[in-house]
Amino acid sequence: MASVTLSGIRKSFGATPVLHGVDVQIDDGEFVVLVGPSGCGKSTLLRMIAGLEETLDGEIRIGDRVVNRVPPKARDIAMVFQNYALYPHMTVRANMAFSMRLAGRAAAEIDARVNDAARILGLDDYLDRFPRQLSGGQRQRVAMGRAIVRDPQVFLFDEPLSNLDAKLRVQMRTEIRALHQRLRTTSIYVTHDQIEAMTMADKIVVMNAGRVEQIGAPLVLYDDPANLFVAGFIGSPAMNFLPGRLAEGGAVVLDNGGRIGVASTAAKPGQAVTVGVRPESLEIAADGLLAEIVVVEPTGADTQIYCTLAGRDVNVVSRERHGFAPGQGIRLRVAPHKALLFDADSGARIR
Amino acid sequence: MAADYLTSLPRRWVTIYIPLIVFLIVLLFPFYWMAITAFKPDAELMSATGNPFWVVQPTLMHFRKLLFDTAYPTWLWNTVLITVSSTLVSLAASVFAAYAIERLRFRGSRQVGLGIFLAYLVPPSILFIPLASMVFQLGIFDTRLALILTYPTFLIPFCTWLLMGYFRAIPYELEECALIDGATRWQILTRIILPLAVPGLISAGIFAFTLSWNEFLYALTFISASENKTVPVGVITELVEGDVYHWGALMAGALVGSLPVAVLYSFFVEHYVAGMTGAVKE
Amino acid sequence: MKAAGVLDNRNVLGLLFLLPAAALLLVFLTYPLGLGVWLGFTDAKIGRDGIWIGLENYEFLWGDPVFRLSVFNTFFYTLIASVFKFGLGLWLALLLNEHLPFKGFIRAIVLLPFIVPTVLSAIAFWWIYDTQFSIVSWLLTRMGWIHSNINFLGSPNPARVSTIVANVWRGVPFVAICLLAGLQTIAPSLYEAAAIDGATGWQRFRHITLPLLSPIIAVVMTFSVLFTFTDFQLIWVLTRGGPINATHLMATLSYQRAIPGGALGEGAAIATSMIPFLLAAILFSYFGLQRRKWQQGGRD
Repeated sequence: MASVTLSGIRKSFGATPVLHGVDVQIDDGEFVVLVGPSGCGKSTLLRMIAGLEETLDGEIRIGDRVVNRVPPKARDIAMVFQNYALYPHMTVRANMAFSMRLAGRAAAEIDARVNDAARILGLDDYLDRFPRQLSGGQRQRVAMGRAIVRDPQVFLFDEPLSNLDAKLRVQMRTEIRALHQRLRTTSIYVTHDQIEAMTMADKIVVMNAGRVEQIGAPLVLYDDPANLFVAGFIGSPAMNFLPGRLAEGGAVVLDNGGRIGVASTAAKPGQAVTVGVRPESLEIAADGLLAEIVVVEPTGADTQIYCTLAGRDVNVVSRERHGFAPGQGIRLRVAPHKALLFDADSGARIR
Repeated sequence: MAADYLTSLPRRWVTIYIPLIVFLIVLLFPFYWMAITAFKPDAELMSATGNPFWVVQPTLMHFRKLLFDTAYPTWLWNTVLITVSSTLVSLAASVFAAYAIERLRFRGSRQVGLGIFLAYLVPPSILFIPLASMVFQLGIFDTRLALILTYPTFLIPFCTWLLMGYFRAIPYELEECALIDGATRWQILTRIILPLAVPGLISAGIFAFTLSWNEFLYALTFISASENKTVPVGVITELVEGDVYHWGALMAGALVGSLPVAVLYSFFVEHYVAGMTGAVKE
Repeated sequence: MKAAGVLDNRNVLGLLFLLPAAALLLVFLTYPLGLGVWLGFTDAKIGRDGIWIGLENYEFLWGDPVFRLSVFNTFFYTLIASVFKFGLGLWLALLLNEHLPFKGFIRAIVLLPFIVPTVLSAIAFWWIYDTQFSIVSWLLTRMGWIHSNINFLGSPNPARVSTIVANVWRGVPFVAICLLAGLQTIAPSLYEAAAIDGATGWQRFRHITLPLLSPIIAVVMTFSVLFTFTDFQLIWVLTRGGPINATHLMATLSYQRAIPGGALGEGAAIATSMIPFLLAAILFSYFGLQRRKWQQGGRD
């Protein structure tokens, strides 16, 4: 096991820049998720760590070794691909043993390690089958088994769950997490799904357009986002944003004249700001701002209420059951410390 | 097709089955005629009476003449030797070329790929004269080597083009995974790509085999001694003596010469069709 | 480690892998292509190196009625045979695309004329076209349609028709099977949607099948035209260019002048004069395909 250090990583494909200087420190044994919308450069970054893409600008260290010029096979990493990349002409056993056979390990050792990995993943009964004879979840497990047998310094996962159906995805999420608890191997996991990131990560790296927007533990990102992008990206349903102007006396005046009380900030009165409120932070209260209900979606556990407030779409999640109907008026309130302020121009958080 | 159930059976007979049967009869009749002639005694061949579509007293006389009185067995052996050698040489060269163009993506690989395709379009009819003069100067005129070396000119472009399509269909991730697993380029080629491209190798191999088995112009031009001739050339140039055509023996020669490709084809129809249509669809 | 580093370089490894194929093609294809053009400008004979004589061969050929006739024959043969191969091939492909019993088997035997050596099937045609014992003549006489045997290969126009028939016979399966593969890529739901939209069978063919098939038609017919234009085997076996040069193609004439005739330079000039026509055909189809590509949203 080892730490991974990325410093000043830049990358372009031809004239198109995809990474503009990325610095990330990943500690030994940590499970780090790189998350961001498609095209943000997260997969490219992972492939650079794997050595599948050349790193010319910046430095990648695994442990205390700089690996920029080290070929993939010598980096002591294992990678799980989105489409699993199982060798279709080899059995599960041969798939898992392939790297050790290339390395010329003894047959007995290969056998022992393959069997170990198979037992951990519950694949004992499938070792002599071919990939095409397995279900999606089983293929996923074989891909992980292939990574485990090598006992690498670092596991790399490239959107490994996106080819699975929703139910299996949740199950495999837990399995990968449990596996990490058990093996404690440094893992770097790429996904575009912020729920996967939230549920699995020790530390999340949020990326956008080739830059790191914020690095932190899942709940820190949720409660204390550094900018509008992270605030909007993390959390589902997404955070509500209302534009307005900061007034005297710790309040924001919205476009329709409504006022939202905010905690004291460094910003000056008159500054254009965006107020961010999580759907569950909006309370239904008689002294709140008036909004109009558009759609009501009861999910059973809670109810999502879509409404318009000051000309903006606003999403409310309520634990209680209400008899609301579309078109009806509703009054919403937010506690001052739950209203986050962002600079309207730069999107940066105003604390 | 949509709403087939509305088409009545008599209508299907007129629009589909009868035309199809006519097609099949016309396409297959020459083979039937070839076969029936090969088994007919000369008397029946030259007789104006009786039903020409059937053979009353089948005979193996023509085959006997072919095998014992002519150099046919030698031609057959030459054809096998030349076909197998040129196919193997072409296949090996094409595998490497196709992998390099399609997967290594070296600088200029697109241009080389286009060049290979253009090479496929160069017909033997405009190459045989300069090739004849080269073959002469290289001192391999009238040898089987002349054909083994020149057949790859039309086999390699075809096989490379075909294999490129098969290689393209193999996910990149497999190669990347193998790279991480510690495989060298050579190991990736031999242990991942080639096993997965077996259908393509069979298609290319079968196609190359039939193309070189059928080749005529180069063999006619570069070979003069009877003992070096291939079946197509031998049959045309030596079984015809003056104005006397030994139709029975000619047909027997054509039949026997067609059999190897027909048999091979029957085993690998799907691969053959995939190869032919794949090359066109790219 | 250093050697491995060099071999890991894509450019070095790529050239290394390309070497066998490239060497064979450069020596036995590219070089002779150039050599052929050069020979066309010399008076080379078999066993004697030629000297540069400029355009003399071409000037001679320009005034040579046999060469002119062979150019006409080549175009005539290519045009008529291609039209029939396309029409019959498309028809056969449509028939084979229906639900049929023994479909796989039928498809397999349909292709037989294409895979059997041309020279050998041409011998069968030779026998079918025999002046005395032709089975076609026999049949037509029996049916009372003709009273004397047809001289298939002995007089100019029947010989032209006969060779074209044999060429079409061999070419139709190739066209049909390729177009069938194209037909099978058209989603059935398109026909179902069209049927619901009220399209008749002909309209479905005209507005769905034909447009979606046209890229493959272009490629298949380009190949077919190229192969027909440069045909040698069939003519050589059936007529050797006769009677009175009525079926001589440029390819057969070039062989006759160069190899039995010994005039390598003149033969090479004839072969070289095919190149502009071939290039024109390739470019025509290439630009036709380009246009098709953007029409369909362009997929490389």
